[in-house]
Amino acid sequence: MAALRLQNLRKSFGGLPAISDVSLEVAPGERRLIIGPNGAGKTTLFNLVTGDLPRDAGSIVLFGKDVTRLAPHHRVHRGLARTYQIITLFPKDTLEHNIALSLLGLSKLRWSAFRSFDEDLYVEARAVLARVGLEHLAKRGIAEVAYGDKRRVEIAMALAQRPRVLLLDEPLAGLSREERATVKQLIAGIPREVTVVMIEHDMDTALDMAERITVLHYGRVIVEGTRAEVVADPKTREVYLGH
Amino acid sequence: MKLAALACLLVGFPLVGGEFYVNLASQIFIFAIFAASINLLLGYGGLATLGHASYLGVAAYTSALLGLKLGLGHWLAAPAALLATTLMACLFGLIALRATGLGFLMLTLALSQVLWGTAYRWVALTDGDNGLRGLSRPFHLDDAASFYYFALAATAASLWLMARFVGSPFGAALRGTRDQPRRMSALGHHVWLIRWITFVYAGFWGAVSGLLFVYYHKYIHPISLSLTNSAEGLLAVIAGGSGTLAGPVVGAAIVMLLKNYVSAYIERWNTLLGLVFVLIVVFMPEGVVPGVKRLWLRFASRT
Repeated sequence: MAALRLQNLRKSFGGLPAISDVSLEVAPGERRLIIGPNGAGKTTLFNLVTGDLPRDAGSIVLFGKDVTRLAPHHRVHRGLARTYQIITLFPKDTLEHNIALSLLGLSKLRWSAFRSFDEDLYVEARAVLARVGLEHLAKRGIAEVAYGDKRRVEIAMALAQRPRVLLLDEPLAGLSREERATVKQLIAGIPREVTVVMIEHDMDTALDMAERITVLHYGRVIVEGTRAEVVADPKTREVYLGH
Repeated sequence: MKLAALACLLVGFPLVGGEFYVNLASQIFIFAIFAASINLLLGYGGLATLGHASYLGVAAYTSALLGLKLGLGHWLAAPAALLATTLMACLFGLIALRATGLGFLMLTLALSQVLWGTAYRWVALTDGDNGLRGLSRPFHLDDAASFYYFALAATAASLWLMARFVGSPFGAALRGTRDQPRRMSALGHHVWLIRWITFVYAGFWGAVSGLLFVYYHKYIHPISLSLTNSAEGLLAVIAGGSGTLAGPVVGAAIVMLLKNYVSAYIERWNTLLGLVFVLIVVFMPEGVVPGVKRLWLRFASRT
């Protein structure tokens, strides 16, 4: 059974197709890279999978369960987590509170309206931050930490939910070489039971992180295969090098 | 320690304050509950409403009508009024929360205007512009001091329960929906339901303030449902500091003092009210409570 199966997914904006009949299957535990030039529809595809955008046609199946009609938060409860290309954190809050909100999302505690905010959540949040090497910044505000650390918090928030399928939207974007190395190491350390689908704009940076690669162009899958197959395919070269 | 000193001050106030000031304080308490309930939506949920007077007015009218038309005592009329108003908040929430931002603001305004128009025009039920008179207070709280203590106790309980609400895990999730609704959804939070529950809870406390309002005045008029009343509540929250517990209380005190005290000396008190708000927004855009705190911290760090 596939961890994630997309069938004939379609999405248009004002008649302009952004995703056209995209079908793909990601096996459990697989590391899948989705690449493509700007405007290829990579983030739109993620937004369709998470339910941030409604699809025009097609279906989304998560571990054999059709989640196409489920609201975004229900999909999260089925084991789907994501990060954003543009960092989307809670800037007024501390790192530990950001992680605590993530933990709270899957906890029944989130409906408790008359008990104090549980200190245990912060203890758990600090443990999550420790896993990404940020425990020492737990009490700092998001606005006070470096860009690279914010990227790690993004990933930590998704990992805190112990997802079955993790969607990483350009996790290396805007990072320095040192920061990239740290984040790549972090991604490499994600447990094998988590299926990882990652978008990356820069092919050279991310190729070594993937087992299979899907190339999107103008909202269509033009190439799919192993790293060697995709690099060797003339269509990939055409998209990236223009010849 | 500070809280104990404040409690002593408030409990001792009727012993030293004249009847006028004791009554003014009671009105501040009632308006503080009203403003704090708006703050749940605006300050913690990021939902600006211009229709919150609906809950104050409907609870007040329901309690008055149940007493006058059906002869029910306060023991029955008060819970019935609270229940009816909370159910109305459930329904209004379903309608208003189809939108956020300006759409939400306009929907809350439109719904409250329907009620205000009904109160004016349905003369057979509400006696229209004459309002409903001949009402009574519960427990024979007819002197200023005893009503003051009743209002103080109700306000303390209300503010405590609202503080518990915003300090809870649910409150943390609510603030999350204010700051990053899309992200909250991506973290598994049901953003719409969080907002709806808060809307209903805020409506309930608006209703509590309405009951106290009608008990205090022993009279109810359609103006209690008006846009002006909703806007004054909203201004009190913004002036005092939205998203803080003390802000709406301070804002309510500012509005009530200007409206009831300064108006005795200055004919154009509305102009002064406007001027005070302009000054607050210019010099303390975050509101008086956070603004004073900021200035105090700056002063303390220099000395």
